[in-house]
Amino acid sequence: MIAPLKGFPGSGNFARGVHPPGRKEMAAEAAIEDLPTPAQIAIPLLQHTGAACEPLVKLKDTVELGQKVGDSTGFISSPVHASVNGTVAMLSVTTLPNGRHVRTVPIKTGPEQLAGEALRQEIFGGDWPTSGFDALAPEQIAAAAHEAGLVGLGGAAFPTHVKLMRNEKRPVDALLVNGCECEPYLASDYRLMVEAAAPIVTGALLAARACGAKRMVIAVEDNKRPAAEALRQAAEGTVVQVAVVRTKYPMGGERQVVPAVFRRDVPTGGLPLDVGVVVMNVGTAAALARAVLRGKPLTHRVVSVTGAGIARPKNLLVPVGASYADLIEYCGGLRPDAARVIAGGPMMGFALNALNVPVTKGTSGVVVLTHDEVRRSEETACVRCGRCVDVCPLRLVPSRMALASRYGDLELARRYHLQACVECGCCAYVCPAGIPLVQLMRVGKAQLVKG
Amino acid sequence: MTDTNTGGTSPAAPAPAIHVAPGPHLFSGALTTRKMMFDVLLALLPVVAASLCVFRLYTLIQLAIGVASAMAAEAVFTRMRGRAAPLRDGSAAVTGAILALSLPATAPWYVGAVGAIAGIGIGKVIFGGVGNNVFNPAMLGRAFSLIAFPAALGASAYVVPGSHLDGLTHATPLTALKQLGQTMGLLPLFLGTTNGSIGETSALACLAGGAYLCARRTASWEIPAGVIAAAVAISLLVGGPAGWTVLHELSSGALLFGAFYIATDPVSSPLTPRGKFIFGLGVGALVMLIRKLSGYPEGVMFAVLIMNAVVPLINRWTIPVPVGGPVPEKKTG
Repeated sequence: MIAPLKGFPGSGNFARGVHPPGRKEMAAEAAIEDLPTPAQIAIPLLQHTGAACEPLVKLKDTVELGQKVGDSTGFISSPVHASVNGTVAMLSVTTLPNGRHVRTVPIKTGPEQLAGEALRQEIFGGDWPTSGFDALAPEQIAAAAHEAGLVGLGGAAFPTHVKLMRNEKRPVDALLVNGCECEPYLASDYRLMVEAAAPIVTGALLAARACGAKRMVIAVEDNKRPAAEALRQAAEGTVVQVAVVRTKYPMGGERQVVPAVFRRDVPTGGLPLDVGVVVMNVGTAAALARAVLRGKPLTHRVVSVTGAGIARPKNLLVPVGASYADLIEYCGGLRPDAARVIAGGPMMGFALNALNVPVTKGTSGVVVLTHDEVRRSEETACVRCGRCVDVCPLRLVPSRMALASRYGDLELARRYHLQACVECGCCAYVCPAGIPLVQLMRVGKAQLVKG
Repeated sequence: MTDTNTGGTSPAAPAPAIHVAPGPHLFSGALTTRKMMFDVLLALLPVVAASLCVFRLYTLIQLAIGVASAMAAEAVFTRMRGRAAPLRDGSAAVTGAILALSLPATAPWYVGAVGAIAGIGIGKVIFGGVGNNVFNPAMLGRAFSLIAFPAALGASAYVVPGSHLDGLTHATPLTALKQLGQTMGLLPLFLGTTNGSIGETSALACLAGGAYLCARRTASWEIPAGVIAAAVAISLLVGGPAGWTVLHELSSGALLFGAFYIATDPVSSPLTPRGKFIFGLGVGALVMLIRKLSGYPEGVMFAVLIMNAVVPLINRWTIPVPVGGPVPEKKTG
C-alpha cells in the first residue's frame, strides 16, 4: 500500500497494538434492516457518561416517538426520548451490561408505529445539504444536540453537546469523525458509512461549525474501502477529507486515531480537546445532522447482531430500549453451541448474564461467541515474556500493573501508571499465561479511586 | 417475546448455557508458556548438533544427566511445596539443557546432577517456582557446582590429555590466551571445533539458534544486542594481543551462547525493551571485565548472575513514560 495518509500530519498508524481476526464477514454484507417494533421497550434513564435523568412521564401516560421521557439539569447529561409510540408502564430498574443499576421507563408499544422502509427513510433518507450552514449559530447546533439527546455512539456515550461547546481556553482546529470500527465482528458503523454516507458528511460539517474546527477528517480503516469510497463521494465538493488509516486494534480509540491522523498525542488523563481535536463517531455525526436539520431526537441506532453463536447475523436499526432478547430472536436465536453473549465487541464489550436488558444509545453490537471461541487455557505463572509490553498501545507495563493490583500493592501499580490504562485488552489478548490482565487492572483502578 | 433470562430464545432447542467472564473475550492463543519453552529447546538444536560433532557421546550423556536431574528435581521440590509439578511447561527441561551445555564434556555425572538439583531447588522452586526466580536457575546451579567441585569445573577440568577426541587435548581458547598468551584462528572459533563447555564452542550454531529465538521473540533481541555491543566496545577500547581481534573475542568462550540462550531467560531479565538492552550491556561489560581482569578465563555465568541481582533496579529505572505523558498528579474528585 502506498502512503495511506498522504496529506495528513500523521502516518496512519500507531505504535504497537494487535491484529485480532476481524471476523467482519459475518455481518459486513448484511444491509441494515429494521427490527420489528417489540411489544415492550424500556428506556434507561442513564445511557451516557454523566448525571442520570429524572422521568418526565408517569404510569399510563401516552407517549409518541421522539417525545422526551427523561431529562436532567446537569451539564454533563443528556435527555432520553421515547423510541416508539405507546403507553408508559410501571417504572422499573435494570442492570446494564456494564454493571450499572439504572432506572428505566418501560413503554408498552401501541399499534401505530413507524416501521420498515418508512422508518429507514425517516432516519437516513431525504436530502442532506452540505452548505448553507452559515446562518446557524454554533451554540444553536450544540443546543440541538443536547435537545436531541445526542451522545457518543461509539460506546463511551459522552454527551455530544459538551464536546461541541466552544471554549475560549481550548480552541479546536480539527474535527475527527471516527469510522474506525476496530472491534472484531462489529459492522454497524461500516454499514452506516456505506448506506448513509451523506448524513455523516453533513454531520461533520455541522459539528465543525459548532466547535470551530477548520479541518474535518473522517478516518476509516483500510479494511473498509467501500466505506471510504462512499464517504469520498458524499464529501465531494466539501472540505471534508477521508483519511484511510491502517487496520489495527485499537485504532478506534481516540488515543490511537488522533495521533495516527494528526500526529498529536492525547495527554494522559486528558481529552483530544486538549490538543485541539474533537472526535466523534460516524453514527453520532449522522444523528447530529438529523437533530440539527430536522429537529429529530436520537431514538434509533444501528446494532450489529453477529458471531458464530447467532443463527442469522444481521445489522439492525433498533429502537433504543429494545431488549437484547428481541434482537437475538429476530436474528434466528442462539445456536446450541452459543457460550457468551457480549454487549459491544469481543475486546472491550461486557458479557451479559441476562438477555432481557435494554439496548442503549452506546450499544454498537451484540456478539455471540461459541464454546470453542471462548475456551481459554488455565492461568499459568507470568514468566515476564514481555508480550504485553510489546503490544500495549499506551506504552505501559501491563504484567507489572496487573500483578501489583492483584497483590494489593497500589503504590507499585501507581508507579507503573495504572491510571493511564484504557482497558483496550491488547495485553490480555496476547498473554501466553492466560492472566486476566484487564480485569486485574480494573480492580486496581477501582482501589486507587477509593484511595 | 421471550421470557427467559438464560438465553434460550428458540423454544425447541434446549437453552444454551451462557457464560459470563471479564473481557477481552478473544485470545490470540498463538503462544503459551509451554510453546515458548519448546521454542528454546528447538533453538538449541544447532548448538547440540555442533556439540555432537566435537564432543560426540559426551554431549548426549551431559544432556541426559542435566535434563533428567532438573525434571526430577522440579517434580520432587514442587510436590514438597504441595503443588502439582508443572513439568509439562518444559521450563525444567530448558534449565537442565542449558546447564548441561555449559559444562565440560568430561565432567563427572554428579556435577551436572547436583547443579541441576541446586538450580531448580535453590534457584527456582524456593522462590515460588516458574516465573518467580530472581536468578537464572541454570547459572545458579552451575555456580553451586563450581564451588562444590572446583576441580571438576575449573580451567584444568576441560583438558583431557590423550583423549581420543582431538578437541579435548587442548586448553580452551580463552585459557590458552590467559595463561599462555596463545591466540588461535578465527575459523575454528567460529565453527566451534575447539575445546570448551559443550554448548558454547560454535559461534555459528549460537547465531543460528539465537536468530530463530529473536525472530520468534521468544528471546528479546535487545539483550544479545546489548551484550554484543558492550563486548565490542570494551574489546575495541582495551585491545588484545596480536592476532586477537574483536571477532575473536565474540566467537570465543560462552559469550554468544550466554547472550542468546542464558541472558535472555525472560523471568530473570528486565521487563521493558530499554531495560533489556541495559541488562545486556551490563552482562557484556561484566563478561569482558572478568575476562580481562580476573583470574577466571571466562565470566558469563558470574556476569549473568550479577546482572540478575540488578534487574529489580533496572526495572525501577526504566518504567516507560506512557504515550501522552505521566498520569497527572491532581486527583479528580
